[in-house]
Amino acid sequence: MILMTEPFTTLTATVFPLPVENIDTDRVIPARFLKTTTRDGLGKYLFTDWLPAGLPPDRGAVLAAGANFGCGSSREHAAWAIRDAGFRAVISSRFADIFRVNALNNGLLPVQVSPRFLARLFDLLDQRPDAPVTIDLAARVVRFEGEEELFDIPAYKQQCLLKGLDDIDYLLSIRQQIEHH
Amino acid sequence: MKTLFDKIWDAHVVEQLPGGTHVLYIDRHYIHEVTSPQAFDGIQRRGVPVFRPRQTIAIPDHNIPTLDQHLPVADPLSRAQLDALARNCDRYGITLYPVGSPRNGIVHVVGPESGLTLPGMTVVCGDSHTSTHGALGCVAFGIGTSEVEMTLASQCILQPKPLVMNVRVEGTLPPGTCSKDLILHAIARLGTSAGAGHFIQFDGPAIRALSIEARMTVCNMSIEMGARGGMIAPDDVTIEYLKARPTPPSPADIERWRELRDDPDARFHAAFTLHAGEVLPMITYGTHPGTAIPVDGRVPDDADRQMLAYTGFEPGERVAGKKIDHVFLGSCTNGRIEDLRAFTAIVKGKKKHPRVTAWIVPGSKQVERQAVDEGLRDTLADAGFQLRQPGCSACLAMNDDKIPAGHYCVSTSNRNFEGRQGPGARTLLAGPLVAAAAAVTGEIRDPRELT
Repeated sequence: MILMTEPFTTLTATVFPLPVENIDTDRVIPARFLKTTTRDGLGKYLFTDWLPAGLPPDRGAVLAAGANFGCGSSREHAAWAIRDAGFRAVISSRFADIFRVNALNNGLLPVQVSPRFLARLFDLLDQRPDAPVTIDLAARVVRFEGEEELFDIPAYKQQCLLKGLDDIDYLLSIRQQIEHH
Repeated sequence: MKTLFDKIWDAHVVEQLPGGTHVLYIDRHYIHEVTSPQAFDGIQRRGVPVFRPRQTIAIPDHNIPTLDQHLPVADPLSRAQLDALARNCDRYGITLYPVGSPRNGIVHVVGPESGLTLPGMTVVCGDSHTSTHGALGCVAFGIGTSEVEMTLASQCILQPKPLVMNVRVEGTLPPGTCSKDLILHAIARLGTSAGAGHFIQFDGPAIRALSIEARMTVCNMSIEMGARGGMIAPDDVTIEYLKARPTPPSPADIERWRELRDDPDARFHAAFTLHAGEVLPMITYGTHPGTAIPVDGRVPDDADRQMLAYTGFEPGERVAGKKIDHVFLGSCTNGRIEDLRAFTAIVKGKKKHPRVTAWIVPGSKQVERQAVDEGLRDTLADAGFQLRQPGCSACLAMNDDKIPAGHYCVSTSNRNFEGRQGPGARTLLAGPLVAAAAAVTGEIRDPRELT
């Protein structure tokens, strides 16, 4: 295996809140910015039509969004743009399936929490926008001021992120097994 | 006690990794110009070949123009993506159906009509509407570019196995409604994330009564219900459709496909029943596909205010009579010949409303040829409509087919998200019948009043 991305172990960072449900990937990055042949430099288009003023420089490294985040188009550009804008994790009470996979494949950790936990996080950020959250991937725990919750991640993907490894070398290593299909 | 989905999925698992991740073998891989360049870059950087190039088919569709396809593509960025796709296909020995060639079109229209998608297959593409192919009884779903790279390198992807949901539709669709109305009704009833983590198996008499093309519309929008994909077990309708493809199936193929069904005691993780008799001509008022209501209905009083501010509707407003500016007939949802026929049947002998700009975009070159051969192009022309050339077009507005800010577009596509059809564009999702009624009246109108 080769090193894909910086490993993700424990992250303590401030949060950029988007308390809106059903944020689709067209809203994350509109289709007209997909005319690129590289993965880089898409952060400047993140939420560009929706938040024309742009994201604040002190936006933190964690995005928190309402339920069904990343629904719609399968464009991996959404995960690339979020990552390129400096985010390492997204917290939501539900992720769209394709976005979740795309995020995991790019070292962006989707942290799915209960609606109650998410509501409390938004409440706290309302009062104290600079309140940090801590995400401990090995323990699969997310916490902020007196609140703590376990989150799910497939064991294989957890190891990939903890070690910064990627899938393709693994798939190449089992080519003989694949030959039989 | 397996579902059909389980049977097909399990037969394609190469290995199970700890914690429920499966190495899934892929039979058919479609690629297009927008989500593949970075994947080819990846395998090139690693210095690995495409493992099984004959199982991948490349069809540019997302950012191609829908007029003057014989001319070079004007936009340099779009051209660069198209050139990259051609270069990559040439380098790795992948079959390409270039823009303007007889087999070009929207990948989800071309694949099934060309007989490249078959029952029992696993099918992927870097596009969420790959779910469309499930109408033929295969496991088909959209993937990201990292997974496109995995498929090129190893013909496999790593996936958690989805749960399986059964959506059964009883009864018969009323006259004047179509399968688009049915799926919009289903999404409005069940919600845009009802299918999260699931694959949907559609079944029941109303589904069995649908043509394959109509079934594709249903499976296409299963992703709009949050599902990974949708599928329909093969039956006589499926087999007749496949017999008419360029390479007809062998008796052994047909025998094998007839075995593709649920075990009698198959267990689903979730199940819903809908009644086709309750379906009415539908249209959306909001910015997600769950906001569909009957065209003779009113915007709910408790509708999200921010959403209404974008779409310009009032709570409690009747949607019928609302003036519209654009009509888009096309996309992988409703760009097939049956959709063109349905639209043409309503506009025949009438005139396009002068306020309306209408884009009639066939889903493929084959659909375009058929529309010409059947005389639909001439009938459309008599009514003031131009038949354009195939592509994804205004569904996602990557090419020049963009709806201006503030304008209303009655669109037969699949997503009405903010800005989907252009910044500020207001998309009203509907089927081809409602779109045709809007095109000739310039407003939201029940198509049953016009026939």
